[in-house]
Amino acid sequence: MNKLSKILSSSILAVALSGVGIGAAQADSVKIGFVTTLTTPAAVIGEDMKDAVNLAIEHIGGKMGNLDVDLIMEDDGFKPDIGKQKTDKLVKQDDVDFVAGYIWSHVLLASMKSVLDSGKFLVSANAGPSKIAGKLCHQNFFSTSWQNDQTPMAMGEHLSKQGVKSLYVMAPNYAAGKDMVAGVEKTFTGEIVGKDFTKWGADAQLDFSAELAKAKSSGAEGIFVFYPGKAGGAFIKQYQQSGLQDVLPLYTVFTVDAIALPKLQGGNLAGVMGSKNTQFWSPDLDVAANKKFVGDFLAKHDRYPSFYAAQAYDSIMLINSAVEATGGNLEDKDAVRAAMKAANYDSIRGKYTYGNNHMPIQNFYLREVVEDDAGRWTTKIVDTVYTNHQDPYAADCAL
Amino acid sequence: MQGAFFNFSRKTIPVDWNLLITQLMNGLQLGLLLFLLASGLTLIFGIMDFINLSHGSFYMIGAYFCGTVVSVTGSLIAGIVVALICTFAIGAIVELVIARRLYRSDHLDHVLVTFGLILIFDTLVHMIWGAAGMAIPLPEILNGQLHIGTLVLPTYRLVIICSGLLVAAILFVLVTRTRLGMLIRAGASNRTMVEALGVNINKLFLIVFAIGATMSGFAGMLIAPITEASIGMGNEIIIIAFVVVIVGGIGSVKGAFFAALIIGLMDTIGRSYLDDLLKLSLSAEVAETAAPALSAMLVYILMAAVLAFRPQGLFPPAGSK
Repeated sequence: MNKLSKILSSSILAVALSGVGIGAAQADSVKIGFVTTLTTPAAVIGEDMKDAVNLAIEHIGGKMGNLDVDLIMEDDGFKPDIGKQKTDKLVKQDDVDFVAGYIWSHVLLASMKSVLDSGKFLVSANAGPSKIAGKLCHQNFFSTSWQNDQTPMAMGEHLSKQGVKSLYVMAPNYAAGKDMVAGVEKTFTGEIVGKDFTKWGADAQLDFSAELAKAKSSGAEGIFVFYPGKAGGAFIKQYQQSGLQDVLPLYTVFTVDAIALPKLQGGNLAGVMGSKNTQFWSPDLDVAANKKFVGDFLAKHDRYPSFYAAQAYDSIMLINSAVEATGGNLEDKDAVRAAMKAANYDSIRGKYTYGNNHMPIQNFYLREVVEDDAGRWTTKIVDTVYTNHQDPYAADCAL
Repeated sequence: MQGAFFNFSRKTIPVDWNLLITQLMNGLQLGLLLFLLASGLTLIFGIMDFINLSHGSFYMIGAYFCGTVVSVTGSLIAGIVVALICTFAIGAIVELVIARRLYRSDHLDHVLVTFGLILIFDTLVHMIWGAAGMAIPLPEILNGQLHIGTLVLPTYRLVIICSGLLVAAILFVLVTRTRLGMLIRAGASNRTMVEALGVNINKLFLIVFAIGATMSGFAGMLIAPITEASIGMGNEIIIIAFVVVIVGGIGSVKGAFFAALIIGLMDTIGRSYLDDLLKLSLSAEVAETAAPALSAMLVYILMAAVLAFRPQGLFPPAGSK
């Protein structure tokens, strides 16, 4: 049996391995490294971001100021260790000026030190772990998304206002999952009657039968979930198959998005129609830059961009604004930093400002799932929950 | 249905029988899916002494073929029938072209080649169907729920349970009542003797491999309407299927059946009740964090225990060493 265990461990090791990336060097250019997930089923998120980054570069004509844009995409394989390796490669081998991207909080936390210790700029286009907003905040870190807690806080606020008295909570067992639950707990005034953290990563748990049965028997008045990427679609499917939409209204953050909705529509899972979620942005947000982004994205790819795409688009636009403001002099780190902190660009969310921890201070909206004029399922803003909201960890940041 | 009470370290937990029955059904469903994967794996492992890491790829391929046919024809039955034939064919091709050359090589060679196959299959699926995954729509009747008294069960989960039991029954008859089954059993206990008696071992291997692939594909088709078909979906479950094979006894279909049910139930019950149990002795926060980690570990703890106390597995095939 010794042989067997050897084989088993080698197979587990083999499954843990992943691919490699390629990079190129050029002079007189802005080098941007972009780390996202391009393999595993989470690649659907990474590809959405990649499409948005390419659209942003197209919109600025491939140039930032008078410098060419040299973009290097890297795949983190949905794993913190691989993400860190790729980040090290971008920083040391490619010597990029900016590192952007990062879908996953645990990948960002593992990779941030490599970027920041080298004096380069780090722009998170999604992940917003509480640590990086608080104690670990850094002058060269900027976010074009949000701090993890904020979106669920907006949902908790909405639920309390609606008079929902009890809630069942489910999230994946990793850094962001914990933040999301902490967020909704901060503002929800009712009782949280049950909580499940499920296995996450490349081998994430996708069958939620046991948890849904528990949620149902808990007698809660609603269920709050955070399941980004493909887990979201799987969750909603099972939610409907268990017949819970009649007894346990669904409230989500980062789960019902432009990635999940087309597939839910394909499976005709109408249980998601009318369900509420909170977000800093929506495809229908009435901002000129957003109309251009969503319109061109729709025309080019025949699908709505997700919020991941919107943030990725903004990350390029934020870097562009700093490069232009400094006249392409990227050696002057202080000037680049000051320009980024000003957030002086046409964001898809409209004008926003940066807090001391370089997290956006921005609005959060309540959105509802609806069908658009062309019959596509999408989200529509129905209310503004927070105006110019700052994350709760800003006070812990020494900046 | 808040029924009896358990006494546990001076605190009591109310037992919700509806919940318990639902969770047992959920465990049964997971166990049967694992059985569909593990029965093929254990036969291939036991008879050919071949480690097939790419067994999970058939699980994925089955789901994608089924999804494609369903999206074209709109019929789930047509999707399953076509996908079963396709996975059988692909299983046979993999055996003829690749696996056959490797039976006499070292186990490490098996691992290397079949891991390579995983990468090839995953990339092929990415190239053909994209990264987005594929939803398989269910007919309206299967999307609903069955009401039995106060008990409400998702219809489709019952379908999975019935199909799993049906396949298990067919396999049981095949293995215990037919000539092919006799050869399979003989092959699992003593391959050399079967060869010495002049049985066409190549044909037997081909059939076993292709049937194993088909069952793996069938499991993928069953789960895809719940979790969607996605790249690498088989790699997630194949490790647990290997655990089932080891716990049940290599080469034993009966062992695979019981081990799969034990592991399915253990995983589900662990996920459902472990945090409540831990909360009796730990703080709520520690229990919430520890419970998912511990319930994910349970199956490996079981495997370690089996390896330590009964290394031949719970139900080893008769006559094997």
